[in-house]
Amino acid sequence: MKHIISVLVENKFGSLNRVAAMFSARGFNLESISIGETEDTEVSHMTIVTRGEDQIISQVLKQLNRLVDTIKVTDLTKQPHVERELLLMTLKLSKTVQHEIFELITVFKGKVVDIKQKSITIEVIGSPDKINTTIDIFRPYGIKELARSGAVAIHRGE
Amino acid sequence: MHSSGQTLNGSEIFFECLRREHVEYIFGYPGGSLLKVYETLHDVKDIQHILVRHEQGATHMAEGYARATGRPGVVLVTSGPGATNTVTGIANAYMDSSPMVVFTGQVPSSLIGNDAFQEADIVGITRPITKHNFLVKDVRELAITIRKAFFLATTGRPGPVLVDMPKDILNSSCVFEFPETVDIRGFKPTFKCHINEVEKAAQKIAKAQRPLLYIGGGVISAEASEELRTLAIQQNIPVTMTLQGLGAFPGNHPLSMGMLGMHGTYWANQAVNKCDLLIAVGARFDDRVTGKVDTFAPQAYKIHNDIDPTNVDKNIKVDLPIVGDAKNFLATLLEVMPEKKENREPWLSEINAWREQCPLTYSSEDDLLRTEFVIDEVSRQTSGNAVVVTDVGQHQMWTSQFYTFINPRSIITSGGLGTMGFGLPAAIGAAFGIKDRPIVLFCGDGGFMMNVQELVTAVHNKMPVKIFLINNSFLGMVRQWQELFHQEKYSFTDLGDSNPDFVKVAEAFGCKALKADNPESARQAITEALAYNEGPILVDFRVVKKDMVFPMVPAGGSISDMLLARLNPKTMV
Ligand SMILES: Cc1ncc(C[n+]2csc(CCOP(=O)(O)OP(=O)(O)O)c2C)c(N)n1
Ligand SMILES: [Mg+2]
Repeated sequence: MKHIISVLVENKFGSLNRVAAMFSARGFNLESISIGETEDTEVSHMTIVTRGEDQIISQVLKQLNRLVDTIKVTDLTKQPHVERELLLMTLKLSKTVQHEIFELITVFKGKVVDIKQKSITIEVIGSPDKINTTIDIFRPYGIKELARSGAVAIHRGE
Repeated sequence: MHSSGQTLNGSEIFFECLRREHVEYIFGYPGGSLLKVYETLHDVKDIQHILVRHEQGATHMAEGYARATGRPGVVLVTSGPGATNTVTGIANAYMDSSPMVVFTGQVPSSLIGNDAFQEADIVGITRPITKHNFLVKDVRELAITIRKAFFLATTGRPGPVLVDMPKDILNSSCVFEFPETVDIRGFKPTFKCHINEVEKAAQKIAKAQRPLLYIGGGVISAEASEELRTLAIQQNIPVTMTLQGLGAFPGNHPLSMGMLGMHGTYWANQAVNKCDLLIAVGARFDDRVTGKVDTFAPQAYKIHNDIDPTNVDKNIKVDLPIVGDAKNFLATLLEVMPEKKENREPWLSEINAWREQCPLTYSSEDDLLRTEFVIDEVSRQTSGNAVVVTDVGQHQMWTSQFYTFINPRSIITSGGLGTMGFGLPAAIGAAFGIKDRPIVLFCGDGGFMMNVQELVTAVHNKMPVKIFLINNSFLGMVRQWQELFHQEKYSFTDLGDSNPDFVKVAEAFGCKALKADNPESARQAITEALAYNEGPILVDFRVVKKDMVFPMVPAGGSISDMLLARLNPKTMV
């Protein structure tokens, strides 16, 4: 089962590496990992998406906790949380499909970030599921390049 | 000794911090990045620097010292090759949870990342084999980093910590402040066990018909042997120990069942198989202990106490996990247990029947010299009071079987990593820490050569280490697997033609040496070696070549797969 884990780590050189290296050393699945600063400049927030049975996930959480640089580890999966991912994607553009593409961008609440003679770059924000669907839908029009941020997630406020 | 508030350079701060951590010995080797440190060291009189002959030796010495004394071992090596030479020793200390702080010199900060001369990313290399590691980026961070390193190495589950110190940091100055306390937000081990869980454990123990204590090295590092002994005796519970746990409970007590697992005793393994309650304390269900996990202690309700939550439910799912310090667990258990002695006679007599059915024995009818005899004889002559260090191989397993460990901190051996070459330097390190007990090393003829250079360190410092070389002319343990599982293809395990004359080797180093090739000469050599305390002494025991260690549960097997003797007697001797 898929799990989304939020980790507060010391904002120090090597912290991301320690976490990523622990996953590979212990053979845990690592679907995505994203990191950024928080309101506290000494702390970074990491969102990890992993898959595994309960026993494995419990090991993942314990091993994360064991790292000296991690301050707080939370499995958000079974708690109310918000999860978002950013997609940037460049598509082939031609007169014949231009119209359809613009319509789909509206449907997916996307934004045009750049447009050229023969290509268009869009951004879409949403749950990883929505991002998957977006990619599937646009694929027939010809994807030239694509980048996903990986999921970021936090607790929903009270 | 300098005081806080003075302006000092990085090297001076380094020694000031070590003083405040009560460091007695540094096991080290100089080099370019550490010239400033060695310059300062020249006038340091209250901390002894022991010059090793290879940095791997320094790490094993530090670990031997740590395991013998309970205090952290300290290593100091230069950048690049000096640092990479410590990798095996650090990994070893990590696997066996030994407290150790390794200081590495590093190229100047401005050159890091440039493939500078003698640069190695030792922080990157050792990340997965240290409890934590640091690169010091500012001289003002040096003191707090050293304080944190010692704190981390010795608190909770012990382990190695590395501090990488660039050359410019050691040369630059700042006002010295030694932080008395440390607070690391992400490091708060749970010491105190949850009382409800301990009470539940007490109830289970009170009701159990066939309980068994399965004790690991955690009990020794938590200094919890007293509590264990009281509990086992008061409640009449038999005790089996892991390789690292030997000595936690006296091996000569009727409740002691010796070691369990791959080369454990027949009766300990049978007891695991039949017990209805397994109480694991400071042990980690290693695969050499469990064999096939599905069939390990199949009838038992399992309680597991460990300081490290990641050890719980890692290899085996347990019924009652209790995270916390072993001493706290056992002491609390004693408080809540009813003090009545349970009648476990049927269970204990069942165990005794297994013990009589397949005791640990060896043939003594002929005049051939066997490893088991040597170890047995050393055990007798030292009354189980020696600090026993081993290398890795058959002799190591025989040591676990035939030396009677009575006290904690009596066996120092490479269990988790199984590092050949560990023994000699570890024994020297132990000898620095312990002066009032004999230090005995059992070492194979293969492993001895892996760190033989440290004989210099032993001779130069007159360390009274008894080096009992178990010379079977083979990489015996590998040979054993070849015979049992690989169609007797003895590929590259026969050292007979290539081994040196070990007596001559020792003498060339200035080490006293003897040879023994039959039981009587062995007995005399042991007596002579134990009486000799002017420095190290080596005895070359020419033992039979093709003996095998039994019982043996093949890797990944169940208790029912246990081999009790050689399948094909013609391959003997
Ligand atoms: C550094 C290292 N290399 C290889 C091994 C694999 N190994 C395990 S036991 C063993 C044989 C050890 O031979 P020896 O030191 O003579 O001891 P014996 O088994 O004969 O008592 C070997 C090669 C190891 N454990 N460590
Ligand atoms: Mg050998």
